[in-house]
Amino acid sequence: MAQVLLKGSRLADFTPVSRHLYDEMSSGEGAPRPHYQGFSDWLKRTPVDQIAQKREEAERAFHRIGITFAVYGENGGTERLIPFDIVPRIIPASEWRTLERGLKQRVHALNLFLDDIYHDQSILKAGVIPSERVLANSQYRREMQGMDVPGGIYAHIAGIDIVRADEGAYYVLEDNLRVPSGVSYMLENRRMMMRLFPELFATQAIKPVEHYPDLLLENLRGVTPAGEERPEVAVLTPGAHNSAYFEHAFLAQQMGVELVEGQDLFVQNETVYMRTTRGPRRVHVLYRRVDDDFLDPRAFRPDSMLGVPGLFAAYRAGRVTLANAIGTGVADDKSIYPFVPDMIRFYLTEEPILNNVPTWQLSREDDLRYCLEHLAELVVKEVHGAGGYGMLVGPAASVAEREAFRGRIVAQPDKYIAQPTLSLSTCPTFTAAGLAPRHIDLRPYVLSGKSVNLVPGGLTRVALREGSLVVNSSQGGGTKDTWVMAH
Amino acid sequence: MLCRTANELYWMARHIERAENTARLLDVTYRMSLLPYEVIEPGLAWAEPWAVPLITSGLATAFYERFEELSAENVLRFMILDSNNPSSIYCCLRGARESARSVRGAITSEMYEDLNSAWLEMRGYDYDRIQLTGVSAFLEWVKMRSHLFRGVTFGTMLRDEAYHFNRLGTHIERADNTARILDVKYHTLLPSAADVGGAVDYYQWSALLRSVSGFESYRKIYSDVITPRRVAELLILREDMPRSLHSCIHFIHDTLEVLCDENSREIERASGELYARLHYGKTDDIIKLGLHEYLIEFLDRISALGGEINRYFLVPT
Repeated sequence: MAQVLLKGSRLADFTPVSRHLYDEMSSGEGAPRPHYQGFSDWLKRTPVDQIAQKREEAERAFHRIGITFAVYGENGGTERLIPFDIVPRIIPASEWRTLERGLKQRVHALNLFLDDIYHDQSILKAGVIPSERVLANSQYRREMQGMDVPGGIYAHIAGIDIVRADEGAYYVLEDNLRVPSGVSYMLENRRMMMRLFPELFATQAIKPVEHYPDLLLENLRGVTPAGEERPEVAVLTPGAHNSAYFEHAFLAQQMGVELVEGQDLFVQNETVYMRTTRGPRRVHVLYRRVDDDFLDPRAFRPDSMLGVPGLFAAYRAGRVTLANAIGTGVADDKSIYPFVPDMIRFYLTEEPILNNVPTWQLSREDDLRYCLEHLAELVVKEVHGAGGYGMLVGPAASVAEREAFRGRIVAQPDKYIAQPTLSLSTCPTFTAAGLAPRHIDLRPYVLSGKSVNLVPGGLTRVALREGSLVVNSSQGGGTKDTWVMAH
Repeated sequence: MLCRTANELYWMARHIERAENTARLLDVTYRMSLLPYEVIEPGLAWAEPWAVPLITSGLATAFYERFEELSAENVLRFMILDSNNPSSIYCCLRGARESARSVRGAITSEMYEDLNSAWLEMRGYDYDRIQLTGVSAFLEWVKMRSHLFRGVTFGTMLRDEAYHFNRLGTHIERADNTARILDVKYHTLLPSAADVGGAVDYYQWSALLRSVSGFESYRKIYSDVITPRRVAELLILREDMPRSLHSCIHFIHDTLEVLCDENSREIERASGELYARLHYGKTDDIIKLGLHEYLIEFLDRISALGGEINRYFLVPT
């Protein structure tokens, strides 16, 4: 079920190290940080039973609104609620300014990278990234080579996973450039908080996020095939049984566009049409939430029932825009991740504003030696692994486990990367035993079209079990509202 | 609008309407079952109130495939909770909610939330809980949920195609239901002229009227004893009676006028013809033809119209 909010469970990759736990709300001496002062005061003067009652109200409302996700394999698709915690994650204005600049910079560079590798491949020619990393990558789509996409934009919607660690520094943990999800929770969480606690919003300057669907629509209209003045945009969903279906429907409704399934579309003369009650209607831009492999049974997986035969041909002919483009996965792959700072330097001649988590590439001799010497401190991951499989968490592993893993690394070092064990920041969260610190992450959504935009905030996920770093909704993860303060 | 969306909206409305009609039918049956029937007409199958909802919905065979004995409990289980009976209240609410979920973008969030909360509540009911709540109170709840949904739809929905397909579903289902109720009562419950005017007769007809919210209207309009002829007039020809065939077809025709374009004029013509027959129809002619014959013909026509709507708008090939 990981897809609902995050593919893979990257946060599981880190073991908490209690020595430097950074708490978002309190600075350590029990006093709240300045940007949490208002909330903290409110929390102190609000009666406990009133808060309990509001929490129940929130749960009922989420059920009624139907913000659920399907859990695969459970009774053929049970719907579950993602737990919502009412303590917001607050980001001070100054920190957000840096995050925003850094996110725009990073996503801009990632789009330039995609445009480059599907055209001239200058970054490969310059030797900044080893060619085989890109060209032999299973996410590299040969079919896209040489094809122009409107505006040179590939990742129209990017979800960048960020964690805060150690003494409070932000790190980019992962780029999600395929079909990142979760933005509907960001919007619904805000709506819920405003409904439950209007007084908090009345007394504090919290930046709004509600205009996200407008930005998204404007963004999608901006990448229409050349010459279309009134582009028809539609959201393509795998269907009501998909885990993120709620979000697909939500976004289509908020943008006022059709939510289509593969069966609603057909292609004629390299043009995509919807079947409507008034006959066929042309579609210019598809915000597709279907993976590359399933988009077109003629071009990709022939057994796909979700796709539209002939869609890729229409795409290649420039008659329809797909957002995101096909083949973006090559830029968010773990083996490419370590090169993103170099991409920024290469394309933008700027220094990266946001840090990557330092990563040792074990295909390099020096890195391999360092890693083998420090195995007990590091997290080692498979380059193509996901979901926390095939990895070693050094500090948590037994000597025997480490030694077994050492053997695997030595045998195939280029299959692995290593990272330091970060301690993720915590945020107070309501638990059965009252307010307690729980680990969190952050996923802002960056929109690229004629310009790069994002709303102030994102989705904050929280690992609800004590000590856990797994924020996945299928494993006891929840969400929080994310506040960016105006000043 | 997408054909698939139109289809889901149409069935969402039909399912809710059917849930309400089933609840009405069961409610009336339940009230009737509280009367001392055995004393009035012992041993007569047609006087057994629990057979009525099964016959009306055409589900008697399906019922006997699953249950041996015709009893209040079995009929209630079958018509309310049975997940294998596509007309049970459970299945109707589930179907309506599933449809709504798959076309959330085409309806207002209030509509979805309303259906979703109805479904969530429905899931909490089993037979014991219905007994505890009271059968009538439960059926009342179903009716109120349907009223609420109609109100939310009316009050929040843009008057666009989605609204029209929704409305089309409601009235096709309702017309079908009213015709069935009338037909079953007339033939199953009144086997001989000798029964006319008897105590059973009075209760049967007043129950029929109550099941379509027509009892009070009847009193208002006719201020007189209940006669089959007047009931037929009220439920077939009165345009001001919201569940009458005339009223339903009026809505259907109005809606089709909006929805049809030059390619689908034939559908509009068919509904117009049906509307004209009701609009200018006379009670005498219906009685002369035979109520049963009249209703069977009506059901055939409405079903053919439904087929055309399906073929042209909802599931085009």
